[in-house]
Amino acid sequence: MKALMFGWEFPPHILGGLGTASYGLTRGMAAQDDLEITFVIPKPYGDEDQSFAKIIGACAVPVVWKEPSRERVQECIGHIMNPDEYFYYRDHIRYDFRRIGTNDLGCIEFSGRYPDNLVQEIGNYEAVASVLAHSLDFDVIHSHDWLTYPAGIFAKQISGKPLVIHVHATDFDRSRGNVNPTVYGIERRGMDVADHIICVSNLTRKTVIERYGQNPDKVSTVHNAVDPVPNAESFKKTPRKDKLVTFLGRITMQKGPEYFVEAASRVLARTKNVRFVMAGNGDMMNAMIDLAASRGIADRFHFPGFLKGAQVHQMLADSDVYIMPSVSEPFGISPLEAMQVGTPSIISKQSGCAEILEHAIKTDYWDIDAMADAIYSIVEYPAIYKTMSEEGRKEVNAITWDKAGLKVRAIYDKVIKNS
Amino acid sequence: MKKICFYFQVHSPYVLRRYRFFEVGNDHYYYDDFATEDKIRELAEKSYLPANAIILDIIRKSEGNFKCAFSISGPTIEQLEMYAPEVIDSFKELADTGQVEFLAEPYGHSLSSMYNDKEFEIQVKKHADKIKELFGKKPTAFLNTELIYSDEMAEKIASLGYNTILLEGAKHVLGWKSPNYVYSHPYLPKVRLLTRNFPMSNHIPFQFSDTSWSEYPMTADKFIQWIVDAPQEEELFNIWLGYESFGIIQKDYTGIFEFLKALPIQAFKRGIGFTTPSEAAKATPIAPIAVGHLISWSGEEKDVTSWTGNQLQEEALNKLYSVAERVNLCKEKALKHDWLMIQCTDYLRYMSFKNAWGSTFDSPYDAFTNYMNILADFLLRVDAEYPTSIENEELNELLKTINDQEKTIGQLEGEIKQLKKKQSKKQ
Repeated sequence: MKALMFGWEFPPHILGGLGTASYGLTRGMAAQDDLEITFVIPKPYGDEDQSFAKIIGACAVPVVWKEPSRERVQECIGHIMNPDEYFYYRDHIRYDFRRIGTNDLGCIEFSGRYPDNLVQEIGNYEAVASVLAHSLDFDVIHSHDWLTYPAGIFAKQISGKPLVIHVHATDFDRSRGNVNPTVYGIERRGMDVADHIICVSNLTRKTVIERYGQNPDKVSTVHNAVDPVPNAESFKKTPRKDKLVTFLGRITMQKGPEYFVEAASRVLARTKNVRFVMAGNGDMMNAMIDLAASRGIADRFHFPGFLKGAQVHQMLADSDVYIMPSVSEPFGISPLEAMQVGTPSIISKQSGCAEILEHAIKTDYWDIDAMADAIYSIVEYPAIYKTMSEEGRKEVNAITWDKAGLKVRAIYDKVIKNS
Repeated sequence: MKKICFYFQVHSPYVLRRYRFFEVGNDHYYYDDFATEDKIRELAEKSYLPANAIILDIIRKSEGNFKCAFSISGPTIEQLEMYAPEVIDSFKELADTGQVEFLAEPYGHSLSSMYNDKEFEIQVKKHADKIKELFGKKPTAFLNTELIYSDEMAEKIASLGYNTILLEGAKHVLGWKSPNYVYSHPYLPKVRLLTRNFPMSNHIPFQFSDTSWSEYPMTADKFIQWIVDAPQEEELFNIWLGYESFGIIQKDYTGIFEFLKALPIQAFKRGIGFTTPSEAAKATPIAPIAVGHLISWSGEEKDVTSWTGNQLQEEALNKLYSVAERVNLCKEKALKHDWLMIQCTDYLRYMSFKNAWGSTFDSPYDAFTNYMNILADFLLRVDAEYPTSIENEELNELLKTINDQEKTIGQLEGEIKQLKKKQSKKQ
């Protein structure tokens, strides 16, 4: 079976959880011998791991007929695509996309990020999808998140193959309910056209059914998993006098940072040997610095900024508690990463990952008292720290992508049979 | 003659309130009165009162042939006294018939038997006194909390004057033996052991209305027939279960009360009688049974891991019992009362990952956090009475001096008197 996947990000160049999740799932599915995956992303850098899936960069696929020399092609896109492949795609351009600005190869420049002209970039991605749909042979189309739904829809309309869309988040999560009508429109159309909708949690599934009016029969939940941390054992806790409680993520409304600050001030009113860390960037960062100061806890509340790669794991391993008070989190991979390095996690009940974790403490995001209580308990009582650390590590290590991959495969089989 | 030995456990813990860490040291009230009252009222109205009425009726109609036993835990007695005194009255009525035996158990429904011998002794005595006060008779048969038992534990129990002990008929203890006999202790000749017939006992709470069960529907007729069909030599059928099986676990509409009413009728029809633990234990034991490790009536494993199986529970128990001596030195009434109440095994079970049945908390972690907060406050109160900075031994010495003070003064006064006498004689 051949699957054509559309994604937006791919490690190592990732901006959020979407890249990690689609990468993990693809790799987990690669364990199935009879499945061949072609993964399309807007802009590869050439250093992506291609051992288990073929990666096509949309920025190297021509949508307008140009006649560059082989050398020119090699020079421009040789690091991500073989020139033969370029010419093969060029032979499959069926529509006139001259209205879109292209370079001398007839390719579209993609930022591969989340620029201001995102909607335009999404449309351009759709054009690339048409060329690929004409060139490639595949049995099922799989679109990751709303940015790639239009591409998936176009590929479906051209090829007649079933479309599976993967909802990693909805605009209801990102906006606390104030959805952007354009985004909603794109999401809604994707869901309406899709043959099957995969959601990363029951929470998201509920949103899809209730807010997007989808038939529950065609909406399934496949929970995310987490890749093993490379050399998890190497991240050791640095001995420190104070306990460390960490928040890590975008400091935005969706993540509920203010509840963390409030909980911290409750804990600090009782005990002094705790420090709080809010790592990450975001539009609420300054407001949070203000809030911490106004609560009089700025000396114990730290903002180290954005952390990357190994820094993240080291920060998590150094922490005594990891906290994710998200107001609405479709899944939320970070607590699983914290648990992998043995750090107990407190998560909001409004997070998708709460559905699959037993050895994490779950509180309502607004319940500052409960959150403070849980923090206090973990830093104060060694038994709960130890149990959560040990049992939590065991638990997340059993949540693997190949199991999620099998569930997705079953969905593929079903939609192919029905189409 | 084959006999059924019914024993009903009456136990429901106080519902602990949500107690946050910032309340530690500020608020010393640990219970959710509303939820506790609600729960005990429900138990009273749906289970205890109707079941008691039926049993009283059966006793009156059976002309002294129906008998059964109850044990009521300390916390439950207190709740009933406060919220449902009519239940206490109806138990008194049952007691007055002389056909009902009340059993002894540790007052706080606690694990004191495993953690502190002195505390265990205090609780057993307190419970027996309470039973005597309410029902006019000191108990003569003993069952430990959750039927926790081992050979060694039997020594402690026997030393408190109880030679009839109830325990779980666990398969790994009985082996090929049948629970339907009276057994003896391997080295305490006076002790008689009664073993619960757990398959038959469990049919009532867990399978009575289970339509997927192969024996469904279970009628009184069928239940008694199983006893009739058992080998002729097996004469004692220990059917022991939680009293809430009637009306709460098995709801009224399942016909459970009709089943209860019909059981004695069916039994008498086929020549099967009833007995109570103390009476049954008068029979000659058939063999000794040895129990090396602690057993209980919990779960499939029949061990004590429902309460002590993980690190959370161990931590809580160690902290709790670390102050047992001190609390027992304290005189403050409220403190001593809380001490008994917070030892309830249920609170520890809520911290179990495998058996948190009936928990009022979100998760074992939540249960642990709440309990530890309460315990932290409790420990502060104990500390205020007797600072933990003083070693236990030192404290004991000091207290001995204080407690003996009157005696010593009396002695010294006596001496002075004598000396004075001598002196006056001399003069």
